[in-house]
Amino acid sequence: MKYVDEFRDPQKAQALLQEIAQLSAQIHVDRQRPLKIMEICGGHTHSIFKYGLEALLPETIELVHGPGCPVCIMPKGRLDDAIALALNPEIIFATFGDVLRVPGSQQSLLQARANGADIRMVYSPLDALSMARDNPDREVVFFAIGFETTAPSTALTVLQAAAEGLPNFSLFCNHVRVIPAMEALLDNPDLQLDGFIGPGHVSMVIGSQPYQVIADRYHKPLVVSGFEPLDILQSIWMVLRQFATGRCEVENQYSRLVQPEGNTVALNAMAQVFEVRDQFEWRGLGYLSQSGLQMRSDYAAFDAEVKFTVPGRSVADHKACQCGEILKGVLKPWQCKVFGTACTPDHPIGSCMVSSEGACAAYYKYGRFSQAGAQFQKTPVPG
Amino acid sequence: MCLGIPGQIVEIVDVTQKLATVDVGGVKRQVNIACIVDESHPVAACVGDWVLVHVGFALNRIDAAEAAETLALLQQIAEAQGIPS
Repeated sequence: MKYVDEFRDPQKAQALLQEIAQLSAQIHVDRQRPLKIMEICGGHTHSIFKYGLEALLPETIELVHGPGCPVCIMPKGRLDDAIALALNPEIIFATFGDVLRVPGSQQSLLQARANGADIRMVYSPLDALSMARDNPDREVVFFAIGFETTAPSTALTVLQAAAEGLPNFSLFCNHVRVIPAMEALLDNPDLQLDGFIGPGHVSMVIGSQPYQVIADRYHKPLVVSGFEPLDILQSIWMVLRQFATGRCEVENQYSRLVQPEGNTVALNAMAQVFEVRDQFEWRGLGYLSQSGLQMRSDYAAFDAEVKFTVPGRSVADHKACQCGEILKGVLKPWQCKVFGTACTPDHPIGSCMVSSEGACAAYYKYGRFSQAGAQFQKTPVPG
Repeated sequence: MCLGIPGQIVEIVDVTQKLATVDVGGVKRQVNIACIVDESHPVAACVGDWVLVHVGFALNRIDAAEAAETLALLQQIAEAQGIPS
């Protein structure tokens, strides 16, 4: 087993789609509106479009795309802070490629690099650590972004730097937590969500237990899901089964990688290096309590915000950009005034069009330019 | 950003630093395996493990029995729907 092709079997997908259609028809006997299921994770959003899953689902199921893309939710002010660090001639600024083209208030990291900043793309925080070893006369700052999936890797890298006593390595920490964002969405009266597809790789770290609040307090079904087409279809089917039987529970479809308690080594590394911020700004969602991570004072020597000065300003989004509403699932990308016209992957105005996991990028890449395009070939509910 | 790719550990590179070589669809890359190592599963026991690779780290082992169980359930659904495999 290679854990990829087996989960892309068209016969099993067809069977799941038939089950979904039958369950959906049963549920919608006395429902007036589509069932809104939000996939939190940008990785799920892209899988859904890549495999054309949303067009295969009955019209009584609406998939709502959530804020689970760390590049998309990066507020302009934090990006300006990153660019300010990168423009410091003492600093080699190491970053994942995903964030290079996101516009700040004046320029993007890529434009800053063209203007002389020493910005280098890495695939792992360990690559940034190697840069610090190789450049002892320069400061290396790693742009740490991501949800709980990525945070353990960063934490383990800091622990490695501390063990080696590397004085010229630090993090610009922007790690965020998924559950406070879900709670903010559920507290928003504009958005009537019925259930969730939970982020599989975040859950691989934090476990499935922390989502219990979604079931207990908000009475929404949640199924932690893998990323292959069969994983996503099975998770939708599991959400529907909860509806059909009147349950609101946390279920785990991705049991080959997710345990209820998560990964203890990863959680311990995170707890050792990071603590929860009082609040953190999210594009579209504003300042959310307890939603970000910062470095503990024990590791201040590796905290770029302590070592260097950053502007630390909150900056409003471009007036025409509606990324905020798209990240909340209130608008579809094609409803944004600039989608596909002034805002394209080549000339992005908003972060959702830049990131490979952004909803706008997915709609653009797979040709969903209008409501008609987004709903083509929708499967009618069996009469 | 949370992208993870299944791969198989083929060699231990450095026991102290917990580094191993992982084969992802024929591409070999060095990864840190600290997250999948504990007293009951030391570094040396990791060769042959299937893992989920994310930003240079093996974040978790893939449970073959659980994967097989998921696929068996999906097979049952296909049979119940009268779809031949």
